[in-house]
Amino acid sequence: MADRSAYGTGGLAFDKSRMTWPNEVNVFLALILLIGIFELLGQLLPYMNNQSLLFDFNTKRDGTILNMARIKIIILQVSIIGIIALGSTQVIISGGIDLSPGSIVGASVMIAMSFAQTELVNGNPNPKAIFGPWAMDLPVIVPILVALACGIAAGATNGFLIAYTRIPPFIATLGMMVTARGISKWWSKGAPVSFPTEEFGLIGNGLGGWMPVVIFVSLAALFHIILRYTVYGKHTYAIGSNEEAARMSGISVSRHKVMIYAIAGMLAGVSALVLSSKNLTAQAGMGLMYELDAIAMTVIGGVSLAGGRGSIVGTVLGALIFGVIISGFTYLRLDAFYQEMVKGVIIVSAVVLDQWRQRRAAART
Amino acid sequence: MSDLILETRDLTKYYGGVHALEGANFTLRRDEHVAIMGDNGAGKSTFVRQITAVEQRTRGEIIFDGEPVNFNGPLEAREAGIETVFQTLALADDLDVPDNIFLGRETTKWDFLGPFRFLAYGAMRQATLEGLERTAVKIPNIRNKIRNMSGGQRQCVAITRTSTFRSKLTIMDEPTAALGVQETAQVENIIRNLKEQGDPLILISHNMRQVFELVDRIVVFRRGRIVANLNRDAVSPEDVVAYITGARTGDEFAVAA
Repeated sequence: MADRSAYGTGGLAFDKSRMTWPNEVNVFLALILLIGIFELLGQLLPYMNNQSLLFDFNTKRDGTILNMARIKIIILQVSIIGIIALGSTQVIISGGIDLSPGSIVGASVMIAMSFAQTELVNGNPNPKAIFGPWAMDLPVIVPILVALACGIAAGATNGFLIAYTRIPPFIATLGMMVTARGISKWWSKGAPVSFPTEEFGLIGNGLGGWMPVVIFVSLAALFHIILRYTVYGKHTYAIGSNEEAARMSGISVSRHKVMIYAIAGMLAGVSALVLSSKNLTAQAGMGLMYELDAIAMTVIGGVSLAGGRGSIVGTVLGALIFGVIISGFTYLRLDAFYQEMVKGVIIVSAVVLDQWRQRRAAART
Repeated sequence: MSDLILETRDLTKYYGGVHALEGANFTLRRDEHVAIMGDNGAGKSTFVRQITAVEQRTRGEIIFDGEPVNFNGPLEAREAGIETVFQTLALADDLDVPDNIFLGRETTKWDFLGPFRFLAYGAMRQATLEGLERTAVKIPNIRNKIRNMSGGQRQCVAITRTSTFRSKLTIMDEPTAALGVQETAQVENIIRNLKEQGDPLILISHNMRQVFELVDRIVVFRRGRIVANLNRDAVSPEDVVAYITGARTGDEFAVAA
């Protein structure tokens, strides 16, 4: 019979020149390059006094040669949106788009926080109380479940609309975006919901403030495994790659889409928990525009808006690029408007570079 | 056990007022290769779509492997052993060869995890290599994405999908329509392989040379009806053309047409 190797059959040699490295490597290199630019500017700009972005060779401060305080900030400030981006990644890989998670965060923080309030604030009754005494000082699991349920309900509604009425995801989730924001404002007629129990505050502030990072990284690891190694993940890629083929292969595309959007909604619920806990308050405007930052992170991370391509690793790297830009500008003491301009340029160049790379890969074969 | 793998009785499909398929009576023996020919719109693809349950028939009976069957969807037909290479191939461009071959019926482990059960990549890769060997298909790297493959390689992947699962009946809908000379030859070799192994095949093709080289019997469709059932050795290509165009109709079908 034909000679056989691990990767080929039929006597044809495994052609290394046709291999391309995974796109995540490019995103990682971009991250390193960006850090390099900031380090270089730190050395070159006269007012910076040779400061470094990531390094701090005075090991007495935190025991490492890294500036752990800044690294923590870099990851911390992208964790909350990063959790949303994990959901957006799956939605976009399946060929859809989700504009609603920011508003789902807005609605979830209000509703969940109403179940996390404490009865007495400095000995006085809670001035921001939403419900009566029965909803005060509940175990922390109650607001957690409420937030997850809000997220799943909103996400599953998106999924049902998209899968069964066949309206474009853009429209369905746009509707949810407006509706959920409305719910968030209606819930307490615009007033903030505040004074949560101490345990609830730990979700966003526990572990010396590292809790959001831990939640983000563990969820990223979990969904990386799910997308890469499970049937759910494979079908998500298949649907984004060729929905008709997926249907003909017997995948129940509609049911799968409901699941994808429900998971994206659930992650928005998790994000809402972390956000409201970290700020110890819930406000109707929370989560505004988070969906766009989340989509930007996934796109920078190499997830194709056409569907079928991308990964959680890419999205996490994309989120880190976001974090490095924000921290880098603060460290260079530049105004925040420049951040936004550069962010915009980076989003567009990420997509242009990705398409150029695709065309080059296509030309090679 | 009957020696027929497939039989249809009065198989009919209307799309609204359009009679796309009318009273098709068709039989296929267990080791037989049959070609379905006919002009565009003659009902060939409609016929296949009823058998593979991509669409639900208006009326009629399908008897597969000795049992009357009513598949609710393509996956059920596939699980029963009818493998189809669709004209559109139905491949996911961003997945590699084993992923595509096992799409929708992955080998899994830890099934208690429900939709999050894990894929058994190793087993699927192994089965893919065995399938490729059976069909003698040459693909340099099965981890390559379908996007980066030539038309012929894609076709071969689609065909290998049928052989990997040891199907009872293979249906190919114009497998070489979009292929070059060399790639066509490769696909034809796969078909000869199937013949040697005694696997039944329904081949839809417009290519007269190919049909005469590969199959035992030719069934001609015209305007939604079967108009001829011809033994390859007893007819010439000119006869078949006459049946396709309507210049002639088989005696036993004269009333129907």
